[in-house]
Amino acid sequence: TLRLMCTTTAVQRKNVGAAGPEKYTEAFIKKQIEEFNLGKRHLANMMGEDPETFTQEDIDRAIAYLFPSGLFDKQARPMMKHPTEVFPEQRKIQWGEDGRPFHFLFYTGKQSYYSLMHETYEKFLNVQKHQDQLVAEDLPLRKEKRNLAGSRWLTKIELEEMLLEKLSDDDYSRFIQLLQKLVALPCADIEENYIQKFSKEVPVQLQKVVIEPLQYDERGVAFSTGEGKRKTATATAVVYDNGTGKITVNGTDILHYFPVLQDREQLLFPFQFLGRIGKHDMVCTVSGGGRSAQAGAIRLASAKALRSFVTEKEVEFMRQAGLLTVDPRVKERKKPGQEGPRRKFTWKKR
Amino acid sequence: FALFPPQLDHGCALHVAARAGLSSVSTQDVPAERPRAVFHTSESDPAKHTEQHEGRLYNIPLEEVKAVFPHGLPYRFQQQIQTFNEARVMVRRPALEILAYLKGSNFAHPAVRYVIYGERGTGKTMTLCHVVHYCSRQGWLVLHVPDAHLWVKNCKELLPSSYAKDRLDQPLQASVWLRNFKTSNEHFLQEIKTQKKYMWGKRESTEEGRPLGEVVEQGLARVRSASDAVGVVLREIKQQSHRGSFRLLVAVDGVNALWGRSTLRKEDKSPVSPEELTLVHNLRKMVRNDWSGGAIVTTLSQTGSLFKRSSAYTPHELLGKEGFDALDPFVPIPVSNYSPREFESCYGYYLERKWLQHEKAHTEDGKAELQFLSGCNPRQLDRLAGPL
Repeated sequence: TLRLMCTTTAVQRKNVGAAGPEKYTEAFIKKQIEEFNLGKRHLANMMGEDPETFTQEDIDRAIAYLFPSGLFDKQARPMMKHPTEVFPEQRKIQWGEDGRPFHFLFYTGKQSYYSLMHETYEKFLNVQKHQDQLVAEDLPLRKEKRNLAGSRWLTKIELEEMLLEKLSDDDYSRFIQLLQKLVALPCADIEENYIQKFSKEVPVQLQKVVIEPLQYDERGVAFSTGEGKRKTATATAVVYDNGTGKITVNGTDILHYFPVLQDREQLLFPFQFLGRIGKHDMVCTVSGGGRSAQAGAIRLASAKALRSFVTEKEVEFMRQAGLLTVDPRVKERKKPGQEGPRRKFTWKKR
Repeated sequence: FALFPPQLDHGCALHVAARAGLSSVSTQDVPAERPRAVFHTSESDPAKHTEQHEGRLYNIPLEEVKAVFPHGLPYRFQQQIQTFNEARVMVRRPALEILAYLKGSNFAHPAVRYVIYGERGTGKTMTLCHVVHYCSRQGWLVLHVPDAHLWVKNCKELLPSSYAKDRLDQPLQASVWLRNFKTSNEHFLQEIKTQKKYMWGKRESTEEGRPLGEVVEQGLARVRSASDAVGVVLREIKQQSHRGSFRLLVAVDGVNALWGRSTLRKEDKSPVSPEELTLVHNLRKMVRNDWSGGAIVTTLSQTGSLFKRSSAYTPHELLGKEGFDALDPFVPIPVSNYSPREFESCYGYYLERKWLQHEKAHTEDGKAELQFLSGCNPRQLDRLAGPL
């Protein structure tokens, strides 16, 4: 007899498992697992490693080496993973050989959802009973506020994956309301374990960007470095203090390296924004890209380097001015059947 | 002294010297005229320009401009003269250097050659014009070739020379130059007399002892023989300069054209080398230092030059081996971008003439921005200030 299995897959992906009855038999999955293990040993032999201690990371590296791919989407590249990761989890057959379903709520259509609602409501009643008991004994009700700021409820997709069953928005909202009512009760701490299954930590602060302190070179002049990218150009800039506003790019003066005014204006922008035009010297190296891309890359690098010289408020101003953001625009891929990324072939009527 | 904000480099000597220079000159200048800003000078005679006047702008009266410079000023400068109704030239160190050499040179020795070189747009032609102005004020005979590149490219008419079989004439360029030469050196043309008889074709000729003006008229009237007229003029002047009755200044802009390649082609599509052109041939003879009683001041120019990299600016690169050997020995005079002080005075001049209309251009930040974006290059600054 087969039972329901619950596993988690990627959050963002559509839950294929809940789509319908199973597409792969268990025997098929088993065969896939055997083939995977055999293939793993073969791969280890090919790469010259020990088959016993060949981990998944080693497999990934070997595959990337043997089948190099330039595709942008990582999911589209060749991969070799354990069948449990490849084939999404799905519902096993819910009824036995006599046709009789296992679960008592099978005929509601959304058996796991309703069973979950029942379970949650049971916990709710438990807590209320406990609360009444405490009131009867005149004991103070413990009220420790759960830290709601750092956590969030499961999203609808995550819940669907958990239950392996499609939900509607209405169902989902009802479930969340019920959870919230449960949490609102003072003695909900008893069922903390159960509640934690449905809540997730939200990192309060994403990696805070660390501004490096100034470094001092042998003459005692303060300097700081920054790196920047734009399209295909990479640049590194070293900004020195106590300067005269001289800027050197790849060993040449900016007047010679950037004959176009527009590029020089780009370089000027971070300094002008902070009002430090004649105060810093800069030495940069840049490679790749074209004229504009190199100018944009140096601009980003110099803005990042200037962060160390400047107060936090001004860093915030720079960030809002867009001086510190990497420009994500890259050349768009040409599609087949079109002449360029967007341009279609000339339309001929006949 | 708000116009000279404290410089941030460690050498504050410049700042101190600027102040000292200011204070000493301002006592001379300011009482004499209404207090114009500190970057002007009333000294309009280049002979009296010294280091104190460095970085300042001096005025050339417009009549003099028409007389001395019928050709030779850069086009943009001519436009600026028309706009501002005055011709203001900045006194810069390279020009002062050449003037000092000229003042102290011994004219019995063979003519010294000066080659002005520098990056694009740093003021070589303007330096040359400053020197030409000085010499014309001093009463020299000025042989000013505005741009030798004009003689080796874009020539519509090439005639086979009547004088030498394998050479080619350029009547149009020659006649244009003769006309301008006449305008700038009127009085000399009456004084100098020819020493030989010259035949122009079968019927016309110029006798010995006639004033040079007649040769010039001949060249202008009969355009076909204009190049030969130029050749005659050059030869006469060269022969008579060592006598000492006049000093000769040969000022050639874009001298690297004389030894480079040309874009001209003969009728059978074979390329013309510059020696085959009469004008170039004669000019080369002038630039050789086998005569005395004057000086040769030349400029290298990359902008008009043919088949040279745009980043080439040294004499060796632009002249090539042939030109370098021909011009060797010479005194090289490098011209660089504006120093901070020169930049200040140029900026102040634009402000004063209300050329910079943008409201931000009047602020300190605007000035720093202009300095950054132009890199203190005179041409870049001029082009930047245009739309503002």
